[in-house]
Amino acid sequence: MNRRQFFKLCAAGAATSAISALGLMSDKAYAAVREFKLLRAKETRNNCPYCSVGCGLLMYSQNSGGKNSEHAIFHIEGDSDHPVSRGALCPKGAGLVDYVNSPHRLQYPEYRAPGSNKWQRLSWDEAFKRIARLMKQDRDANLLQKNAAGVTVNRWLTTGMMTSSGMSNESGIATQKFARALGMVAIDTIARN
Amino acid sequence: MAEQDIIRRSGTTDITPASQARVGGVKKVAKLFDATKCNGCKACQVACSEWNDLREEVGEFSGSYQNPPSLSPECWTLMKYNEIEDAGKLRWQFTHSACMHCADPACLKACSTAGAIIQRANGTVDFDSDKCIGCGYCASACPFDIPKISAKDNKAYKCTLCSDRTAVGLEPSCVKTCTTGALRYGTREDMLFYAEKRVEELKARGYKNAGLYNPEGVGGTAMMMIFHDINDPESYYMPKDPQVPMATEIRQDWLKPLGTAGLIATAAFALMHRITVGRNIVEEDQPGYIDAAAEKEEDSK
Repeated sequence: MNRRQFFKLCAAGAATSAISALGLMSDKAYAAVREFKLLRAKETRNNCPYCSVGCGLLMYSQNSGGKNSEHAIFHIEGDSDHPVSRGALCPKGAGLVDYVNSPHRLQYPEYRAPGSNKWQRLSWDEAFKRIARLMKQDRDANLLQKNAAGVTVNRWLTTGMMTSSGMSNESGIATQKFARALGMVAIDTIARN
Repeated sequence: MAEQDIIRRSGTTDITPASQARVGGVKKVAKLFDATKCNGCKACQVACSEWNDLREEVGEFSGSYQNPPSLSPECWTLMKYNEIEDAGKLRWQFTHSACMHCADPACLKACSTAGAIIQRANGTVDFDSDKCIGCGYCASACPFDIPKISAKDNKAYKCTLCSDRTAVGLEPSCVKTCTTGALRYGTREDMLFYAEKRVEELKARGYKNAGLYNPEGVGGTAMMMIFHDINDPESYYMPKDPQVPMATEIRQDWLKPLGTAGLIATAAFALMHRITVGRNIVEEDQPGYIDAAAEKEEDSK
């Protein structure tokens, strides 16, 4: 190749690339949407516990459920088949995934002694035992078996129960039976907080 | 894997249109925001950030419930709270603020990057952030002030109308979560039908100026709104007569084709000149004459 041919080749190359730069060479109109993130995620149905409406939830967690993988919830949305909410969720419900994964979430029983400003962790066994013992102590001391007229009432007025709002009828009646059998009068759900 | 249902594409001329083999069977969709039903709960805003994995930083109190103060690269749907004093009483007017998905999108027209902004056959306008170069033309052209440029990656972001959900047959996240039914989603035809009935109902209830916000200046929008008073959309922070900016139209429809025509004309003229007139031959008696034969001999030596 001599000097003249070399210049010709350069000029031809520049001209060709200039044509493509002008937009005369079309490229593919590839514009895919973001990949659907729930495709094979495990879907679990539940109820939102944060008020007495009890909206239906679909909770999506990673991994297929195989024995070697750990579930982690990464998306929660309304359950369209739920008769109460039909897919809708309020802002609190719509942001539930951040409650579930919050670093401030209470994950184990904690105990703060009277007058103390420190929480200390204890096991579920210890917690249940302590709750049961304190309940029994209080009930033994304060159960009102008969009223002023001498009628048997079996009222336990010094302890109340705060229970879940997002329960099925069956869990609800079990909770009622448990609390009423002890003579408890003040029973409320966390819907009110 | 191309979608083949793109009806319009930025930075592309009609000579080389986007692949649109599957456009025929696709119906136009629309999201309908009924401001008369909204109670400002912000569920749409939360559901949007949840689905799209966006978490705007917690900001400062700006004097109203509106938070963050405006749309941002991390906030694609925003509940706007306009406080209105009416006969000595405070009243709120809520606006579900997100991309309007115009039929004639100013952002798409303004964008010169091939395929960075596309319009799908269902009428929604989507950004392809891989192609976006972050020039910000879309943000300045949009009459609704929707696209925002991220400081993290210098790319434009906005509501996609949950194109990843609608592509698999689901409704957008905001619509699904709406508890009052202020947000609805369906084919454009169905939404227009519903809106007409709803406006009639509002008129019968005494809201004489109730109407549908579906601005003609941008060819109609795939997000339509029902207002108590259609003559005063500004009280909902919406422009009265949104248009594709004149500067955008002049640049994209006139200046750019003119520039291309100029380039082609120059090249054509040069070619014609070469054919008809040919080289500039310097005669022996003219100054600057070089004896080619002598030079060749010189070269070969």
